[in-house]
Amino acid sequence: MTTNLVLVVVVGVLFAAGVYLLLERSLTRVLVGVILIGNGVNTLFLVASGPAGRAPIVGLNDVDDMSDPLPQAMVLTAIVITLGVTAFLLAMAYRAWQLNGHDDVQDDVEDAAIRRRAERDEVSSSYDDSAGGTMDEEGADEPSGEGEPAAVGPEGERR
Amino acid sequence: MNASVLVPLPVVLPLFGAGLALALGRSARAQRVVSVVVLGLMVVIAAVLLARADADGPQVMHVGGWPAPIGISLVADRLSALMLLVSVIVALCVLLYSLSQGLVEYGPDIPLSIYHPTFLILVAGVSNAFLSGDLFNLYVGFEILLAASYVLLTLGGTADRIRAGSTYVVVSLASSIVFLTALALVYAATGTVSLAQLAGRLDELPPSVALLLQLMLLTAFAIKAAVFPLSAWLPDSYPTAPAPVTAVFAGLLTKVGVYAIIRTQTLLFPDSPLSDLLLWVALLTMVIGILGAVAQDDLKRMLSFTLVSHIGYMVFGVALASDDGLSGAIYYVVHHIVIQTNLFLVAGLIERRGGSTSLERLGGLARLSPVLALLFFVPAMNLAGIPPFSGFLGKLGLMQAGVDDGGWLAYVLVAGSVVTSLLTLYAMAKAWNRAFWQPPAVEPDGAAGPTTDLHRKPVRTGAQVSSKVAAVALRAGMAGPAAVLLLVGVAMTVFAGPLFGLTDRAAADLRERTPYIEAVLPGGAP
Repeated sequence: MTTNLVLVVVVGVLFAAGVYLLLERSLTRVLVGVILIGNGVNTLFLVASGPAGRAPIVGLNDVDDMSDPLPQAMVLTAIVITLGVTAFLLAMAYRAWQLNGHDDVQDDVEDAAIRRRAERDEVSSSYDDSAGGTMDEEGADEPSGEGEPAAVGPEGERR
Repeated sequence: MNASVLVPLPVVLPLFGAGLALALGRSARAQRVVSVVVLGLMVVIAAVLLARADADGPQVMHVGGWPAPIGISLVADRLSALMLLVSVIVALCVLLYSLSQGLVEYGPDIPLSIYHPTFLILVAGVSNAFLSGDLFNLYVGFEILLAASYVLLTLGGTADRIRAGSTYVVVSLASSIVFLTALALVYAATGTVSLAQLAGRLDELPPSVALLLQLMLLTAFAIKAAVFPLSAWLPDSYPTAPAPVTAVFAGLLTKVGVYAIIRTQTLLFPDSPLSDLLLWVALLTMVIGILGAVAQDDLKRMLSFTLVSHIGYMVFGVALASDDGLSGAIYYVVHHIVIQTNLFLVAGLIERRGGSTSLERLGGLARLSPVLALLFFVPAMNLAGIPPFSGFLGKLGLMQAGVDDGGWLAYVLVAGSVVTSLLTLYAMAKAWNRAFWQPPAVEPDGAAGPTTDLHRKPVRTGAQVSSKVAAVALRAGMAGPAAVLLLVGVAMTVFAGPLFGLTDRAAADLRERTPYIEAVLPGGAP
């Protein structure tokens, strides 16, 4: 199967630019990135369908000259899906702008709170001596080695 | 084979119902009737499909009458039908719960007519993903359920949900892009996307190309299933949604990803199970997920982390690539769909009864509401794997499969799953102690301090969660579905024998591959 080098390069450029934009904070840029990558994938499908041929209509053209219709059907589906997702993302970016004055993807507040607590080496607020013996026994019973660092551990590992 | 006419119905019915519910948007009562009737019918259909698939082999419908490699085929084999049945039962329970919760009538903030149609479309997407006989249709199923989940997650458009929703949407988009790219490459390499035909053609590819395709598909599905290095989005986004939405997401969405992993690993790449990689990933998912859960002090977030953690058990079973391992994984998926949904529904009840899901502020619920305590205790112990319950049986099955495997890594995994199980018990015991046994928190400043509210309350429409109003008695309509799910969970213990028999047969089918391929392509692969 011969492939069209120009198309392959186009796919590469679209993906590279798209990934760059996808890593931005602003939802609008993310959206543009998604659209670029979406078009990159659609072009990739065209590469996958092999050399271009005549319209795949039975009776009009010889079977050997036809281009492969299946990837084109898939591309159509993918375009429709991208359209829907684009509309939703635009609406969501607009709503975020209405609420916050910007459309940046924000950090997880609760996660940040737990991480700050871990940095200050504070016990979790749900670890409570006043709860009496039961709590301590439960904690000491099973995960004696694991339980204590667990309160601070995963944050360091996850970030 | 006449049951095959039923195969498309689990996809068509909810889509039709969604259209009808949208058209009836002005009448909440009519919408409810439509949704309940549709989901009720789907339970019956899925049960019939499962019975027929178990008795007669995979049921296949070629949509539009075009035979397999050309047209789209929908296939209900034992695995698909079992997943479908459990999912629809869970969806029905969640819908009944949300009817009673009055989610759709919270107030002017939330679009009244959107909830039911979107919920039905979500179910249609899930069914389509389970029944799909080709990779592209699987992608379409994913997109349907993701689009619906975007809407449900950002329902009402409050600041919290937009924040959580943007993370979720961007991550989901990234996974969809990986999946779609993999699809294009699969087509370029093999010239087909039909699963049955791919099963034959992928064998002929050079191993390195097949490995690349496998890794790309695994990456896409692992994001959706929230497998460890790709799981950070889940605990961030799920807890902000309304309780029933979180419950249905937790039960169904990640499991669709797990289903896709099982299907592609067994059908498309049987010779290259990547066992070591998947075992490591499973171990990390289990242990790191549960350590995250232990650190949380919000019940919903804790449950989200246990959800991530227990995905590791399923990946463990798949990675073993043996009949017993797969069978245990399938049993565990079924168990986990029911239990995790149940726990999130109960978390919604706790929020309603106690006014919060923060373990810091809850307290004394065991005295306040013994029924609620029972509703939480049984699924919590079930999740942790206390002996009579299905969680124990599922874990036992997986551990036996791990020991049978005999490799040192499999033994490490067995040890890891024991530790995870204990830590789950620890997390659940902590939640139980804090919320149910501890004397009530200092009520006045706890309840009146929304300024220091780290623990986001998803809905503040005045009518619902001012904590005085929230301290209402449980409504039977809300506790009922949670109780039903609890009973389903217990029934999985009582009927564990037949259920394990079914999953054994499903696993054997998957490993053998020929029943599926021959059902879809009766004349052999062209």
